[in-house]
Amino acid sequence: MIGIIDYGSGNVHAISNIYKKLNIPHVITADSNELEKASHLILPGVGAFDETMRVLNESGLKNFLNEMVLVKEKPIMGICVGMQLLAERSEEGMLAGFGWIKGQVKKFNPSKLTTKPYLPHLGWNTVSMQNNHAVFNNIDQKQGFYFLHSYYFECASKDDVLGITEYGDSFASAVNRQNIFGMQFHPEKSHQNGIELFRNFAKI
Amino acid sequence: MLRPRIIPCLLLHDKGLVKTVKFKEGKYVGDPLNAVKIFNEKAVDELMFLDIDASVEGRGPDFELIKNLAMESNMPICYGGGVKSVEHAKRIISLGAEKVAISSAAVEDISIVSRMAEAVGSQSVVVVIDVKQRGLFNKLEVVTHNAKKSTGLHPVEFAIQCEKAGAGEIVINNVDEDGEMKGYNIKMLKEVRSATTIPMTALGGAGALSDISSVIKEVGNIGVAAGSLFVFKGKYKAVLINYPNKDEKSALLADAGWKL
Repeated sequence: MIGIIDYGSGNVHAISNIYKKLNIPHVITADSNELEKASHLILPGVGAFDETMRVLNESGLKNFLNEMVLVKEKPIMGICVGMQLLAERSEEGMLAGFGWIKGQVKKFNPSKLTTKPYLPHLGWNTVSMQNNHAVFNNIDQKQGFYFLHSYYFECASKDDVLGITEYGDSFASAVNRQNIFGMQFHPEKSHQNGIELFRNFAKI
Repeated sequence: MLRPRIIPCLLLHDKGLVKTVKFKEGKYVGDPLNAVKIFNEKAVDELMFLDIDASVEGRGPDFELIKNLAMESNMPICYGGGVKSVEHAKRIISLGAEKVAISSAAVEDISIVSRMAEAVGSQSVVVVIDVKQRGLFNKLEVVTHNAKKSTGLHPVEFAIQCEKAGAGEIVINNVDEDGEMKGYNIKMLKEVRSATTIPMTALGGAGALSDISSVIKEVGNIGVAAGSLFVFKGKYKAVLINYPNKDEKSALLADAGWKL
């Protein structure tokens, strides 16, 4: 069962709607008792790094997720800001992230962009997949995914980079280390590619 | 590579979709949720929903509708109409819309752009700038309330202010071309593009897919939004929700000089 973490950030209903159409059991909740029963976890997130991390810290979800992810090794997918929270820290805020994937979150440098618009990175862009991971099965490469962000994840290790996107320079649009996944784009708003991604994630 | 967005802009009136000409005479076009389902099938880039009555009627956004649209939609949604406060914006984002659009609220007090950007992030704050040509010399001016109110502001200067205040995107909506299906005002769009750096979207005037490629070719990587083009078909404007398919989209972008 997919546990969609509802801590007040991110489009939980759109994600749930996709799993409903895929006939995959899922629950939207912030309750740790329920999330403990889930086989896979999804951590959505929109808005600012600190705001989002603060809610996770104060609710006790941070400690709970550390256990679920690092000890119980449940597959987890962070989306957008949810992916950025996987890092150690972000230029956008003061709080520490989960630190499950080494690296930091930085703001795009507009001087690297040659044509307008500059920021935010807004719209459909392509993701070049770095190893044949099953989570990207049946993805239409040309269609790509929808992005909406001004900050990106700078991985400390190239091994953790799962997908690369060009925007000025190239940046990690997807990350993965063992059971931990992060997607910078919005799979819940990326039509069939997003649906396939959610379907593939449920099979991990 | 980031590619230009092609965006149906749907107008809400009395919980139904309508299409206007020069901001007048709304013709009923269908049910919004149904339109979302159809656009899902067509893998549309983004959807824009504008409630054209809210500001005029002095009421806030229809939150129930927003929740349903956001849940059903497999593409990002920008919602505008009657959005007057940071609380409105927060609620709309929490209901699942990706972006919130404001228009008269930004004209009345530009600081609301900054306050909303702080609350929901710049990337989610869109300012829709309605533009009309007025007076003896057809000078461009920003208007509000379905083009009934003048502001005395020039669209390029106002666009710069919006960017400085922290808007994530500006939509330049040409009132004069609304519903006419005769093409976009490319000169005006180029002026705004020169003066700003944030994502920009053109709205008002599209009559054919070639109008969309022209804008992209002349102005660059911008969003191109259209109302009539995606809800009507043929000389007599029969209602038909439509959108370019994959091949038509590739051809359109290729015409604009865009290699996928």
